[in-house]
Amino acid sequence: MVKKLKKWIKDNTYHHSQFWDLKKMVEAKEKQGLSISLCLPTLNEEKTVGKEIILFKSELQDRYPLIDEIAVIDSGSEDNTLEVAKSFGADVYLADEILPEVESKKGKGENLWKAIYQLNGDIIVYVDADISNIHPRFVYGLVAPLIYDQQIQYVKAFYDRPLAFSGDVRPSGGGRVTEILIRPLFSLYFPELTGIIQPLSGEYAVRREVLEQIHFPIGYGVETSHLIDVYTKFGLDAFAQTDLDQRVHENKSTRALGKMSFGILQTFIKRAKALGIIEKISDFETILRQTQARDDIYEQIELEIVEEERPPMIEIEQYREKFNKVLD
Amino acid sequence: METKTFEDIIESIPDLEKAVKDQKEMLLANLVMMGEIPAPTFGEEERINFLIDRFKEADLQENSIDEVGNGIGILKGDIGDENILVVAHADTVFDDKTDHTIKVLKNMVQGPGVADNSLGLSTVATLPTLLERLGIKLKNNLILMGATRSLGRGNLEGLRSFLSNYDEPIKAGIGLEGVELGRVSHTSIGMKRGEIQCRVPEEYNWSRFGNGSAILTLNEVINKINNIHMPQRPRTSIIMGSISGGSSFNTTALKATLQFEIRSESSEQVQSIHQNFEEIVSEVASKSGDSIELDIFAQREPGGIPYTHPLVRNTRKILNKLDLEPRPGPSTSELSTFIDRDIPAVTLGLTEGDHIHEVNESIKIEPMYKGIAQTIATLKAIDGGYCEEA
Repeated sequence: MVKKLKKWIKDNTYHHSQFWDLKKMVEAKEKQGLSISLCLPTLNEEKTVGKEIILFKSELQDRYPLIDEIAVIDSGSEDNTLEVAKSFGADVYLADEILPEVESKKGKGENLWKAIYQLNGDIIVYVDADISNIHPRFVYGLVAPLIYDQQIQYVKAFYDRPLAFSGDVRPSGGGRVTEILIRPLFSLYFPELTGIIQPLSGEYAVRREVLEQIHFPIGYGVETSHLIDVYTKFGLDAFAQTDLDQRVHENKSTRALGKMSFGILQTFIKRAKALGIIEKISDFETILRQTQARDDIYEQIELEIVEEERPPMIEIEQYREKFNKVLD
Repeated sequence: METKTFEDIIESIPDLEKAVKDQKEMLLANLVMMGEIPAPTFGEEERINFLIDRFKEADLQENSIDEVGNGIGILKGDIGDENILVVAHADTVFDDKTDHTIKVLKNMVQGPGVADNSLGLSTVATLPTLLERLGIKLKNNLILMGATRSLGRGNLEGLRSFLSNYDEPIKAGIGLEGVELGRVSHTSIGMKRGEIQCRVPEEYNWSRFGNGSAILTLNEVINKINNIHMPQRPRTSIIMGSISGGSSFNTTALKATLQFEIRSESSEQVQSIHQNFEEIVSEVASKSGDSIELDIFAQREPGGIPYTHPLVRNTRKILNKLDLEPRPGPSTSELSTFIDRDIPAVTLGLTEGDHIHEVNESIKIEPMYKGIAQTIATLKAIDGGYCEEA
């Protein structure tokens, strides 16, 4: 497993700068007859959505025709999100009006799911609408591995979030929820998925054939469930990940992260039960797998963490003798 | 858009404005990508590289970065025996530690330097593609230039150096500035820009005559500057631009600096005030015993083309057609470099803006279409030979 994971990290981890030649990418896309849709799920994103649409439309539609459609799928914004998006040329849809015969639900996952029905691309790339340092790399960095490698089905973004530097090694972390919840859970039950540096990132590109076959939790668990479902259906080699450098967005409060973690845990436990993993709880892994970057090389650090336990003191004979106690 | 006469150009302006608006995503994308690259004076390299990349993508045959870092692209004209230069300065007043993130809101773009002069430079970057998409072909060569070392101590070095070394004749120049739309600068006022720096020794000798603080010494200098007689004609002014000094509440200020500009329609007046400054500095230094330095690092000679020059007259007509009130006036921008070399030129503003030189500097999106339409119409008028003196 370790060898396979190391090989996957080496072969399937990219940096966006490897894909700078957009002309070549467009030619490869057109040769395969692929179409690509960009979905921006929104809820009150008027401050950032306009800039995202402008950059993607200008650079990846008008200048290099990589994206065939740009669609905003909105959960019911009360600000000017829809007006701004329309004015800069995006197609705008209300999630509630897509598949009206299906009971409407509220959440980002709902928008992502309905995008599969509404949009036409062979590849759908999802980008959160709250990124203040948006750049075309957020799209071309993700679709490139799908264009150049038929085996890859699902490409996940990761970013530089330096927390501390020590020489030329930097901890290549996800967010707080990733490091505190997801990576320990994956280390326990899906060690191969620990190679995905930011499992919760909101930016990914996926082939339609994959999207149409997987469940979509409508809340916080959507990214986690995708990784588990795609992994169990298609295996680790279906994934790739691309370093998009930095991503700037608003930091969430600890309370909000608690809510998020609770939703993710629900999703995780449902999947673990369905896959029969929970029953095998006694033989879980004891290696925690984290990642670090040395220059452009991403590598795993393995930490053996065995949570041993002591019995209740009353069960210790010497204790009972000393304090003159008896076992019930 | 066939335009055979100047009247044709004027008549085509409403269509031109609409056509420019249709390309708004390209204009705004270039503005955002350009504006998010920090470019303090003497640190414009990365921004110029981006400009050159845009020129290459627009298939400009000749593009280069010269020895002072200017980015230059040449769009060959159909005849190509004369040259028109469109220039915008690449530097901004913000250092590279400032957060250069730009926001695009419903009606405006906000971020450090968007008005001065990311919009001007991104317009230069966009012009080749824009002209191609609008089907506009020029007879003359169009030299597009991002000029470095323009502001502050840069003292317009970029454009000066280019014009000193460029051998081909330049028929006319257009300087682009982000704000204010309606501006048609055609003259340069005389100017000297500099700093006065006061220092007191670190180990202050309290037995010496003086006040012991560089701020108080500078205050003395400022009081004396304030007493300089300023004539109403020729119009003359002293701009007290910035003052800095000291470090905390309870530490004597060892250094204090005043940044200023002397401006006048007459170069004699500028020179006379400069002499006053020298006298003030030596007088206060001798009385206080402190060290005071006067450093003049930029200057302009007054001059320009007349209000009735066909370039100015026709630019005004173009603005009128766009329902804009032309505001002819002097400038201390790139224009003065054109003037020094007897090249007819105007500086145009591209849109309306607020909070200039603050981190929340902002520009309006809608007027930008008029600003760029005005630029292209002026370019066509120059190209057609309608802006030359008989």
